[in-house]
Amino acid sequence: MFEKQEIINITKDELINRVTPLFKDGYRLVQICCTKLDKLIVDYTFDKDYKFFGFRLDLPLENAELPSITNVYFAAFGYENELHDLFGIKVIGNKVDFGGKFYRINEQAPFNKKQEAKNG
Amino acid sequence: MANRTVIPFGPQHPVLPEPIHLDLVLEDEKVVEAIPNVGFIHRGLELLCQKKPFQDMVLVAERICGICSLIHGVGFVQGVEKIMNLDLPERALFLRVFWSELSRIHSHLLWLGLAADAIGFESLFMHSWRVREMILDIFEETTGGRVIFNVIKVGGVKKDITKETFTRIMKQLDKAEEEYKQISEVFINDFTVIHRWSGVGVLSKEDAVKLGAVGPTARASGIKSDMRMLKYGAYEKIDFEPTVERSGDCYARAAVRVKEVYQSFDIIRQCYNKIPEGEIETKVTGFPNGEYFSRVEQPRGEVVYYVKGNGTKFLDRFRVRTPTFANLPPLLQMLAGCDLADVPAIILSIDPCISCTER
Repeated sequence: MFEKQEIINITKDELINRVTPLFKDGYRLVQICCTKLDKLIVDYTFDKDYKFFGFRLDLPLENAELPSITNVYFAAFGYENELHDLFGIKVIGNKVDFGGKFYRINEQAPFNKKQEAKNG
Repeated sequence: MANRTVIPFGPQHPVLPEPIHLDLVLEDEKVVEAIPNVGFIHRGLELLCQKKPFQDMVLVAERICGICSLIHGVGFVQGVEKIMNLDLPERALFLRVFWSELSRIHSHLLWLGLAADAIGFESLFMHSWRVREMILDIFEETTGGRVIFNVIKVGGVKKDITKETFTRIMKQLDKAEEEYKQISEVFINDFTVIHRWSGVGVLSKEDAVKLGAVGPTARASGIKSDMRMLKYGAYEKIDFEPTVERSGDCYARAAVRVKEVYQSFDIIRQCYNKIPEGEIETKVTGFPNGEYFSRVEQPRGEVVYYVKGNGTKFLDRFRVRTPTFANLPPLLQMLAGCDLADVPAIILSIDPCISCTER
């Protein structure tokens, strides 16, 4: 059996206003995830009583910025640092900002680089 | 106000099998704040999906963690199977549940041993791991591995278990459960254990929801959340209820795990009685094209796999959110206000797996 998953497209300007009611309704932040295609796609996923729910927004590949949701969901700080360290997204207002040192890696934004030739 | 002192904790510490660092801000002996620092062992495994065909990525998924490796494989292939619309033989789904519950037993026994060791209860540690060896022997017999199993594949499983072997294994499991009973009674009733863990590192139900706790950490705070209730795979045919405790302290987190071991023995018995004869895999043709957030219950809690295929043999994205990543913010809440001497026990109580967390 596979669960139903609802994902709603939003803009980054709507983000805070969209997640705040979820927090008040007792939704748990499940995760934040970024996918690189010809743009960056950021997914915010939530759960309450096994009901999976998500917001999705698009960002440009370069100079991407997002408002932090740590004022609403404090637990987002790790995901937001990950967005910065792996994808180079500048997250504004993260309450626990590691300043690019969340992951001790030598490369900047390794998940947002031009794709190398596949060898599989 | 007392003077504040910052004490570094980890990344190398006797209670930490893996590296995490915490800056503990103290007022006298009380922790006022804990600032986490991970990132010592980031491996970039998620990026390998762009270089490894999707069938091979299950091998990468299994190597995310050396304890819950099998369920990592299950979670990944489940996502791929969803977007490929694969209909799996029921026998394969039951075998996955069988091995998943064995994984839960061995993971919890490992944790119980480490937790006993952390409070200086050496004999309890050794007995926990002695029983765990019995479970690992069953893994070795049925999969060929003790850490990495390589039996999960897109479309089913790679190995079957004969009826005779299954029957013999059930007798071995009965014996393991009998021996486990003696250990579990100590964890639940022993004065030293209760004294050391009761009232320590309390996480309220409200904070557990707000901070996104998962797995035994959430269930110990009264949250009835267990991803197996999504009825993925053969869990649809299994009867069980999530194990819940109310006090939210280290003792409750241990008690949840102690009881879940019994629950896993019971689920394995149900598998043995309900598993049908038949094929163990279905033919896989084509390439994944679509996306899915696959959620399964690891011994440490909910794990999420996002897989996005593009119609080729490579995935666009493979993303894993592990239970320890979700349990780090609740851990900071548990540490605030605790005694310095309780910090190791509290950190261990979420069963941290940093290799999983950093991938």
